[in-house]
Amino acid sequence: MEEMKVKIKKFLSRFFRKHELGDDEDIFALGFVNSLFAMQLVMFLEKEFALTIDSRDMDLDNFRTINRMVSLIQEKAAVDQQSSQVSGG
Amino acid sequence: MKIELTEAQENWQNEFSAFVDNEMVPLADLNDSEERIHPDMLRKMAEAGYLGSMLPKKYGGMELDNVTLGILNEEAGRGCSSARSLLTVHGMVSLAILRWGTEQQRSDWLPKLATGSALAAFGLTEPNAGSDAKSIETTAELDGDEYVLNGRKKWITIAQIADLFLIFAKCDGQPAAFLVERERLGVTVLPMSGLLGARGSMIAEVVLSDCRIPQENLLGKLGMGLTHIALPCLDYGRYTIACGCVGLAQACLEASVEYGSTRVQFGRPLRDNQLIQKMIAEMAVQVKAARMLCYKVGYLRDSGDPDSIMETWTAKYFASTMLTKITNDAVQIHGANGCHSGYPVERYFRDAKINEIIEGTSQMHEMLIAEQQFVTNRRAGRTMAQTANS
Repeated sequence: MEEMKVKIKKFLSRFFRKHELGDDEDIFALGFVNSLFAMQLVMFLEKEFALTIDSRDMDLDNFRTINRMVSLIQEKAAVDQQSSQVSGG
Repeated sequence: MKIELTEAQENWQNEFSAFVDNEMVPLADLNDSEERIHPDMLRKMAEAGYLGSMLPKKYGGMELDNVTLGILNEEAGRGCSSARSLLTVHGMVSLAILRWGTEQQRSDWLPKLATGSALAAFGLTEPNAGSDAKSIETTAELDGDEYVLNGRKKWITIAQIADLFLIFAKCDGQPAAFLVERERLGVTVLPMSGLLGARGSMIAEVVLSDCRIPQENLLGKLGMGLTHIALPCLDYGRYTIACGCVGLAQACLEASVEYGSTRVQFGRPLRDNQLIQKMIAEMAVQVKAARMLCYKVGYLRDSGDPDSIMETWTAKYFASTMLTKITNDAVQIHGANGCHSGYPVERYFRDAKINEIIEGTSQMHEMLIAEQQFVTNRRAGRTMAQTANS
């Protein structure tokens, strides 16, 4: 989980003045969130963590903090694992 | 780093190039004068599979990688800007459905879009909302299990013959995207003519008057219409337009070299004139540079890199602005002949300008690219300050 946080923080550091984001800090409240950033964030999460974000995941709360993003990644990984077990068994 | 096309990509390039020479170039002037895409060209594009070039094989598409898609659009741009426009908007809608559609929406539309048995148009722009897309005035209201759409879309490429429109509207103030079939009651398509360039793009106004669509025609969720549906569509559009600009610039270069070699003035071919040579040299260098930017975008898109978005803005800005200069020089080299429809550079000159306006004006590109530089520089400055303090 810590490794995930480091990767996400590194990506976010490209966009935020504040050097060190807290794990529960609301990135939408910091002011520098535009549509370009939103697109890039989704692409980053998909590429870095090999997952596909679909419209059911498109809730702002899933992307509000580093911890929420980690939860989303873990939830999606769990679902993928379950599906592969079902298809494999 | 290895900058070269794979053998498969080169094979595709050869195929696309031959297709454009045989099927597109001969009809491009006619498309321009008749302000339509000739049905024979459209049919052959569909038969070749190009309308499904961006879709997975699962849905009947070609499943081309992004570099190869770029090459297809470059070649199409070399032959006919209007046909390239069709590829762009049809692909934008197809990819939006692939990315955010329900299984039902995908299975309903993607096989048809892949074969070209249905054509799709992208309905974002309005009379009062161009660059400022957030200001769209079209509305959607939920009434029972239907959405009721009202509004007016303008400058909609290929709308004259599209079967499906991806319409952006505000629902309770939230931007949303809807799949609207052409035959729905309340949809009126008003063809527009007299475009400066890409005159065969078959643009139209699309008027929605109490147009009722099933709730299931919502694409994605309410609120994500602009940021996560329209913008990725425009990102793809921008990439294909940049590639199309490279192709059109290549056509200018080839026409200018040919004319410069055969046109004789003062007893010598134009090519012997060093001022002509300068224009040719600049064209050649600019085309190569733009092509490399496009290849880089294709590579980044294939690897899912978030940097692909800004690199696409860069490529489209460079390619479209260099094209304006190149078409200007191509007409200049052709002299009076270049000012007449008897030579294709006259059409290239008109077509070029459109690319500096669609999918973001040059000025919107400049603003965004500059803003990004300030953000990046701020970050670099912080790092330098930290180094100095340590």
